[in-house]
Amino acid sequence: MKIAIASGKGGTGKTTLSVNLASWLALQDKVVLVDLDTEEPNSGIFLKLPLIRSIIGVKPVPVWQSDNCLHCGKCQGYCQFHAIISLPSEVLVFPKLCHSCYACSELCPASALPMLNEKIGKIDHFARENLTFIEGKLDVGQEMAVPLIKQAITYTESQSVNSEWLIFDSPPGNACPMIEATKVADFIILISEPTPFGLYDLSLSVQSLRKLNRNFGVVINREGIGNSDLERYCLDEDIPVIARIPQSRLIAESYSAGKLVYHEDNDFLSSLKQIKDFLQNDAFSC
Amino acid sequence: MKIAFTAKGTDWQDQIDPRFGRCAYLVFYDEDTDTIDWIDNGSSAGIDHGAGPQTAQKLLTRKPDILITGNGPGGNASRVLSYSQITVYTGAADKSLQEAYQDFKNNRLTEFKF
Repeated sequence: MKIAIASGKGGTGKTTLSVNLASWLALQDKVVLVDLDTEEPNSGIFLKLPLIRSIIGVKPVPVWQSDNCLHCGKCQGYCQFHAIISLPSEVLVFPKLCHSCYACSELCPASALPMLNEKIGKIDHFARENLTFIEGKLDVGQEMAVPLIKQAITYTESQSVNSEWLIFDSPPGNACPMIEATKVADFIILISEPTPFGLYDLSLSVQSLRKLNRNFGVVINREGIGNSDLERYCLDEDIPVIARIPQSRLIAESYSAGKLVYHEDNDFLSSLKQIKDFLQNDAFSC
Repeated sequence: MKIAFTAKGTDWQDQIDPRFGRCAYLVFYDEDTDTIDWIDNGSSAGIDHGAGPQTAQKLLTRKPDILITGNGPGGNASRVLSYSQITVYTGAADKSLQEAYQDFKNNRLTEFKF
């Protein structure tokens, strides 16, 4: 089963849940965890697995061929991302603004903008026993996460044929990187905290995922802080609340020390069991 | 000589807009004909990314010799401007166009190095 763990608001527990769920499930099953928060992946800190392979992360960008160019300027008009400036004697490409959509390249009447791969980061593959961990990491200064997320997912799917569980730790927010990271998941766990910020950002995630007809449910983290609006929202909107992880100093301390929380905290362990139970029995009946 | 300003308005008394890519107006003063003209750059507010190169391109269509601005263009805009002969002067933030022009005439602005 492919699960994505996402949240509109940052810092609500995506990584905590991802690494703990993956490690705990791996006690019995074959699990692949993929950290797709490519701007600052940190799941690896908790897992400390040996590196098996490292591959280069790339994105295709147009490279201007001056000899072919007719200087018609059409490429600039095609680009929705302002990544091309057509000057009277030059065409300038700004690779960091490019979304690799191929429009300029395919529509150029003179084939003067072939797409070539540019390095934007790396994908590291770690594994020990039942647990495989794959991490996408953008180079410093790169801002386009989607191509690397896409590449990391493709690589993961080629490496995880016999796995029972595939868990995608999504980047925060509700924009393109999150949509890409949750795209191939059978079910999306939205983890939120019961605060006005948590609720607002959750409601944005819900709107996006509903438009895309995705299966999702909510895990409430740090239950006990804030107020009951989040709980009421889920009830009103008919969104399943899969588990409630209580606010706990012990959880925060073990996380800060880089430990796996379910080793230390029994409430957390019960939440993991509830989540597994839900995914196996209820996730596709709601 | 044709002198361009990044500006918050279109009069001599209006202030220099310290931003380049997202400046409100590009104002052009032609010393030879003593006339003022401008491009409304308000559309840059609706662009998520890439405002700098777009504004640079708009600027170059009028072929100014000089640009007077505040903070100076960023990396992407500089790349576009470097394909022209334009000379850029920074440090005119918080001044009116009139004052900035006088400062330029008196060599009190800083030349921007591409």
